[in-house]
Amino acid sequence: MRIRVIPGSGAAIYRQIADQIRRGIASGKLSIGDPLPSVRQLAKELVINPNTVAKAYGELTRDGVLETRAGRGVFVAARRNVFSHAERLRRLDEAIDAVISESITLGFDRDQTLTRLRNKLDALQGAKE
Amino acid sequence: MNDSEVIRTRRLTRYFGRRAVVRELNFAVPRGSVVGLLGLNGAGKTTTIRMLMGFLEPTRGSCEVLGRNSRNFQPEDRSRIGHTVEGHFLYPWMRVRECEHFGRQTHPRWDGTMFERSVRRFGIDTDAKVSWLSRGQRAGVSIASTLAATPELLILDDPALGLDPVSRRALNETIIEFCESGERTVLLSSHLLDDVERVADRVAVMVDGRLLVDTTLDDFRGRLTAWVLEMAEDPTLVHDVPGLVHCRPLGSRWHLTIANPDHESASAIERLGAAAIEPVDVTFEDAVLAYLSRSRVDHSFYSGAES
Repeated sequence: MRIRVIPGSGAAIYRQIADQIRRGIASGKLSIGDPLPSVRQLAKELVINPNTVAKAYGELTRDGVLETRAGRGVFVAARRNVFSHAERLRRLDEAIDAVISESITLGFDRDQTLTRLRNKLDALQGAKE
Repeated sequence: MNDSEVIRTRRLTRYFGRRAVVRELNFAVPRGSVVGLLGLNGAGKTTTIRMLMGFLEPTRGSCEVLGRNSRNFQPEDRSRIGHTVEGHFLYPWMRVRECEHFGRQTHPRWDGTMFERSVRRFGIDTDAKVSWLSRGQRAGVSIASTLAATPELLILDDPALGLDPVSRRALNETIIEFCESGERTVLLSSHLLDDVERVADRVAVMVDGRLLVDTTLDDFRGRLTAWVLEMAEDPTLVHDVPGLVHCRPLGSRWHLTIANPDHESASAIERLGAAAIEPVDVTFEDAVLAYLSRSRVDHSFYSGAES
């Protein structure tokens, strides 16, 4: 998977990197145990400050998405839940609330929003199989 | 001076005649960081850099670089600092290879491989004479010579001025390679905000000789929020909004950038009576421009130089 960053956009560069890795895992482009480039390597490749890469990796490691194996590098972690069930529900609700308010602002009704969401989930399932 | 600080200024001030060009600067650069020094032309960036290098006496206040007062710099102190100036002076009759030999003879810790790699990135033939090179390539030779002297601190004053896209990329790559160990520090004055967003991890903004911002890039962005309001009247004429950094017209709407917004800012915005209020993303460029576009000075924030 190739990571790309665009300076001058609304999302900070570390956020762009973290989001792309999360999406890569969700869509199956990255699997459990896949290695990621080292902080230095990715910084060089993207021509960005190494601390920016370290910040993205740090966040993903804290959330249990990536793991660092001493002396071997950074890998996609086996999915384990670093958060309690209640915390996961809270985070999910937060994300859903954002979607709901956006869809209302944009003038979509309940069924249109649900269909859209279902299609996305189906597409993700399809991409993995 | 804290050991982890490479640059530390205390109330650094410089007058030219009766005009204050640098005012009461308290600026700290931690070791290992890449700091983007931003400001309009005439904001005092180059004057500050010249005082850091010991080329210009402060009118008041002091600056320490690598643990020593810049006023008392000896040649060996200066050899620990790599400094390139606007324009990149080189002897035009030298071949690039001769620039390398010249540097090797005049610098005790010369890194020939670093020179080679940097020059190659800029696409320069080492047999070429300096006078044959493009502006971007001359900048490449100058930067390669500066870096090959293995300085601990690199001070680049507008190095990207007039560079073509290839040289700009080469410059960014060279800076990233220089700082990859995490031990070496870069102070980079530039007008190219996209490049600063890439290579820097800290940002310092000067306006009219004052340092308004000195913090990490993420903190800088994170503290600013923007709204777009739909209203006929200029919102700043209605009443004050706490934390307002900048307000600019956006077609028939208004774009407001606010630092550290709180409930008071939010309710002040609501009371403006706009037909629509929409929160929008703040890009790094928006954040910098908000500061540079105004000269009134009240909502500054620091994290580095407080003490």
